[in-house]
Amino acid sequence: MTETREALRGFGRGVRVAAAAAFAAGAALLAAAPGADAAEQYFPIPSSRVGPFSAMGTGYYGGIIDYLTYVNMTGGVNGVQLVWAECETEYNAARTAECYQRLMVGPNGQRMVVFDTLGTPGAYAVINRMAEDQVVLAQYGYGRTDAADGTVWPWVFNAASHYWDQIAMKLAFMAEQEGGVENMRGKKVVHLHIDSAFGREPLPAMRAIAEEWGLNLVEIAIPSPGLEQQSQWLQIRRERPDWVTFYCAGSGMCSTGMTAAARVNFPRDRMIYVTFGGAEEDMVPAGDAGVGTYVVANAVPGRDFPLVQEIERVVYGAGRGNLSNPERVGTVYWNRGVGAAVAWIEALRNAQEMFDKVGQPVTGAEFRDGYEALDMNAARLEELGVAEMIAPYRMTCAEHGGARKFRMMQWDGTQFQVVSDWMGPNDPDMISEMIRESAARFAEENGITPRECPPDPA
Amino acid sequence: MIYRQAGQFRTSYAADSRAIPFREDRVALALILIAAYFVIPFTASDYWLSVILVPWLALSLVATGQNILMGYAGQHSLGSAGFMAVGAFACYNLMLRIDGMPFLVALILSGVIAALVGVVFGLPSLRVRGIYLAVATLAAQFFIVWVIDKFGWFTNYDTSGIITTQRMEIFGYRFTTPAEQYLIVLGIVTALTWLADNMARGRTGRNWMAVRDMDVAAEVMGLSLLRTKLQAFAISSFYCGVGGALFAYAFLRSVEPTAFDIYLSFRVMFMAIIGGLATTIGPFLGAAFILLMPVFLNTTFQGLFGAAVDATIISALEQVIFGVAIILFMIFEPLGLARLLQIAQDRLRQWPFKY
Repeated sequence: MTETREALRGFGRGVRVAAAAAFAAGAALLAAAPGADAAEQYFPIPSSRVGPFSAMGTGYYGGIIDYLTYVNMTGGVNGVQLVWAECETEYNAARTAECYQRLMVGPNGQRMVVFDTLGTPGAYAVINRMAEDQVVLAQYGYGRTDAADGTVWPWVFNAASHYWDQIAMKLAFMAEQEGGVENMRGKKVVHLHIDSAFGREPLPAMRAIAEEWGLNLVEIAIPSPGLEQQSQWLQIRRERPDWVTFYCAGSGMCSTGMTAAARVNFPRDRMIYVTFGGAEEDMVPAGDAGVGTYVVANAVPGRDFPLVQEIERVVYGAGRGNLSNPERVGTVYWNRGVGAAVAWIEALRNAQEMFDKVGQPVTGAEFRDGYEALDMNAARLEELGVAEMIAPYRMTCAEHGGARKFRMMQWDGTQFQVVSDWMGPNDPDMISEMIRESAARFAEENGITPRECPPDPA
Repeated sequence: MIYRQAGQFRTSYAADSRAIPFREDRVALALILIAAYFVIPFTASDYWLSVILVPWLALSLVATGQNILMGYAGQHSLGSAGFMAVGAFACYNLMLRIDGMPFLVALILSGVIAALVGVVFGLPSLRVRGIYLAVATLAAQFFIVWVIDKFGWFTNYDTSGIITTQRMEIFGYRFTTPAEQYLIVLGIVTALTWLADNMARGRTGRNWMAVRDMDVAAEVMGLSLLRTKLQAFAISSFYCGVGGALFAYAFLRSVEPTAFDIYLSFRVMFMAIIGGLATTIGPFLGAAFILLMPVFLNTTFQGLFGAAVDATIISALEQVIFGVAIILFMIFEPLGLARLLQIAQDRLRQWPFKY
């Protein structure tokens, strides 16, 4: 039986189309008859399916659930089947804290090992409980930036790179468009953001770079929920900036940004959207006003990636997909959810191997070590079928910041066109240094002794 | 039969002015308090203690503050979340900037600071009334959150403007477990509720109610409107401030100013209204309804349907049911949940007979 599963998993990872039909049938059989002694690993799904963030929540957690289903249907993680429970957070900090406690113990009595709030407010609401509760906070491209310092935040990770690297990457992209950093001197950049911790998160890095490059940085805040942006865009018209970086939250605010820009005639190909504001669901409502808008991606959308095709065939083929509209497979949020879930499962696999628990569930502490041992190099990504969809990355004891690379996309009116290769900040060391400082300050304020990390061998 | 109050005579002034006139009610309250202090901390799970009971108690305190202003003094206000923010951030700064500041003192001082801010934003109440005052107090809501966001000093120049609350320490003992934190919150809430009840029944409360029912008449009878209204604003804001600090310290622990947004103000107002204005128990019932109903619906539906129904539909359905429940309540019992409780008591008094 184990051999069969091994073989099946091998097929599942691969992309051989010829084996596809036989494999699907086998997988379906396997899923239909789970062994009585099947080991299980429990995962919490604190989803946000209603309100302004529903597009994000349904897509992202849909992607996670679809990948977990896919893993289950292809034999589990070394035979360990995945189970999950869902809780509605409404993208609200207090509700997230409630869900965190409610989901702590799963339906099978197992404690959770990882938590993914999809949203900075939620991440901040639980981030201080992680070490105590022995749960990994897997921020996937959002949340507290200085948590990338693993010495102060051993339980928090950011596999899809954080907001400081993201803003630095945007500035690097602008510099490239303008023909070099030296041409950036005197250029005016507006950071237009929702007035919340999420909107202000990139500012420290942005200010530092602006000073170094001689940029003229203008910060304009939009009060939540951000549907009314008229006065801010009039201000932008007066300022005549060369570029606008836009941190919006929720589909309403994000699509309004493009229509409001169109109204004051600000060129859309001078606007760069944040990862958690630029998805098909945000672009389509803006109609023609959205054409040309740049969006940063930490997981590239598209259906051509082998893993996406496999999930579509295996999971959606069997009618077990989580999205009510299967057309959304391969969209920005869904692919990002898959990227996040791939990291969970790889961490689980690592933990099983590291602690000699192959085929058994692991504890929070073991999962943490597994997550820290993530080495998603190009070869492994190829094996998993997500090469080019996410950037290669590896975690170390001190560095929890993930790939630190993004791709720039441009909306052409119907879909995103990827317009850059993976790129990171111009000066990653500067950002790292800022993170270290910020984390050290937090540690000092809160009486945390940073742990010692061995020097990274690689 | 069980709940008979015949034969309980009030033979002295003291007996006549007791907070709870009937023996049965006193016994019931005593039992509830004994359970709350001595049974629940040891039997309830961490989930119940840390994310259900603690926020419920903290928000009940805030709703009590809102009830003082809205229910007793008749001043419509939409600034409660702003005053909560004042309390939370004042407490944080007091603890941070003054060495050896005891938590309880910081808590009371943060209430006092909130009260001072409340007085400032209560000034328009001397000129505008009713729904217009609610609009005027919106300024408090937005201004306070904006100030805390804008000036880094309040958040100790945190890069994302988020504070991490210090540990609660009283007389050298650190309250860290959910049960311990629950007990702190419960103690403070009990004390302040007792105080609020006595204020409302005493001269202070009568002044408020006189102003609420007809301010011109109250003024003619020699009440200073300025004093009474500002006093109501101050005391109400004190409660909101302390409640906000408890909400931040015992529940959220990492707080961003925008957590105290206009929606929270609205929810606090609904708590006061749905619970029952101008009652002591009302804010507690209202907070339970507004805070726990969505959680209860979510838990029930996830348990009932689980994977069988699309989770998006479940989540949307919860909101629909919650909204309908509020509307039905307001239609069939506009006086709030406290009134339902009173009706139940009246029925119980005659039970098993109809009248």
